[in-house]
Amino acid sequence: MDAGFVIIAALTVVSALAAMSLRNLVHCALCLTITFASLAALYLKLNAQFVGLAQVLVYIGAVAILIVFAILLTRSDDQTPRAAILSPAWWVGAGVAVAAFCVLAAAICSSAIVKTASTTAPAISVEGIGDKLMKDYVLPLEVIGLLLTAALIGAVIIAMQERKQT
Amino acid sequence: MEAVDQAFVSLKHWIVGLFPPVAQPWASILLSITPILIFFPLLFGITTILERKGLGRMQNRLGPNRVGPAGFFQFIADGLKMLTKEDIVPRAADHAVHFIAPFVLLVPVLLAFSVLPYGRNMVPIDIDSGLLFFFAVGSATELSVFMAGWSSCNKYSLLGAMRGIAQMISYELPLVLASLTVVMMVGSLRLTEIVDAQSVPYWPWLPRWHVFTPWGCAGFLLFLVAATAESNRTPFDIPEAESEIIAGYLVEYSGFKYALFFLGEYLGLFAVSSLGITLFLGGWLPPFAFLSFIPSWLWFFVKLLSMIFLFIWIRGTLPRLRTDQLMAFAWKFMLPMTLINIVAAALWHFSRGWEVPFALGLRWLSCAAILVVPYWIFGRAVATRFAKRIYRYAT
Repeated sequence: MDAGFVIIAALTVVSALAAMSLRNLVHCALCLTITFASLAALYLKLNAQFVGLAQVLVYIGAVAILIVFAILLTRSDDQTPRAAILSPAWWVGAGVAVAAFCVLAAAICSSAIVKTASTTAPAISVEGIGDKLMKDYVLPLEVIGLLLTAALIGAVIIAMQERKQT
Repeated sequence: MEAVDQAFVSLKHWIVGLFPPVAQPWASILLSITPILIFFPLLFGITTILERKGLGRMQNRLGPNRVGPAGFFQFIADGLKMLTKEDIVPRAADHAVHFIAPFVLLVPVLLAFSVLPYGRNMVPIDIDSGLLFFFAVGSATELSVFMAGWSSCNKYSLLGAMRGIAQMISYELPLVLASLTVVMMVGSLRLTEIVDAQSVPYWPWLPRWHVFTPWGCAGFLLFLVAATAESNRTPFDIPEAESEIIAGYLVEYSGFKYALFFLGEYLGLFAVSSLGITLFLGGWLPPFAFLSFIPSWLWFFVKLLSMIFLFIWIRGTLPRLRTDQLMAFAWKFMLPMTLINIVAAALWHFSRGWEVPFALGLRWLSCAAILVVPYWIFGRAVATRFAKRIYRYAT
């Protein structure tokens, strides 16, 4: 619970709140990018180099761009909502969120991870991750590849239809 | 000449020793960063003048020749001009995003400089996954293009930003895949190890640089093209070309912010050139052993200058590609070629143990065949799409 963790965690929560409650959609997308970046900082703080850098590469370099492209291509005018962001019955949502948090916290605290917490983290290298991916987890890797190929073909077909109709 | 080679390292250790032990990590970090922050913007200034003079000579005219001896202080005049210009922001623009966009370009690019080896023992940070760090922060620069284009509230900016982002994400794949062959053959993502793997020459007259292998040669060429496209340089500078889209996503930026964008782009060019030198051209290693009296950082600088000259040369020679030609080139030519390059690298690796006579020539021939035949086929396939132009007036 050192200063670095407190700062990064505060940044994550504040930017997530901003991504949720700002009016301008592009500002929300950029605050979400800050959330991704602080999550990457948390990964790097836990000494998980590969996951942290992959988080930057994939989330900030691809997913954020995707969100931003979606905003670009679908909003022709700059509409900021006139109505309030918070509905009158906001306390119901807050109560549900607190209840969900309590259930998750109870589940995690009573699980096996907390009981068998080791003091020294194992030193994992990128080579070790690659080794595991290619030997123990090769079937999930190939299935994910197949899934991504199907998604890619689907996206191309959806995009192609629009041109053929003209 | 060991002393000159390690001069900067010894200087840094001496200065860090002057601080109390509590402040030593901070002093060490600051002393690693400060030379980069001083040297590369200075190199940026010199590059602008080299580029203008070089392009001028290639286009049969003198470049700037008023300020200083043969015009070599032009970059100082340009810097002063940019500093004193009025900062105009459109009234309808999104002021916060408009302000932050140049910094979102600069900060990741400066971060990328921190993992490159500039000489023997001269890496600011030597992390285990240095190459992955470089590409991760490189991919964060694409957001600044969007932020600049969107916040300007200008149709041409938006168009330029869309083209720019599409180009940058399309060429990121060939860039990473071309570097993948090097990682495959060396077996490590650590950039200092990649340089060390190129240190022992094959023969005294042929260094073990990756560019002297078939997969390395093709990989270097693919890396070069992808790097040109990633830095938005001619022939891939349609998002920011002056005659096409009035500087695209940069059109609403004036004065110092424009200078920051310019700086960020050129620094990105230096970073990716330095990566190319580290991966393919042997980093700070001299080509021949008898030339090792020249310091390692000087070799790196010479290689960087030659890469910069190459980029300026290409800029002065080739015309601009249209957006659809650019995208077709990335997805239909460069991506398959990089994948085939990976196969060629694998063949090179597994054929190391061949015991037939002329094994080296046979390996070279088979790997080159794997690369050249698809290159020829793709070239034919792409050429049929664009028919031969008939010029009506110029004969």
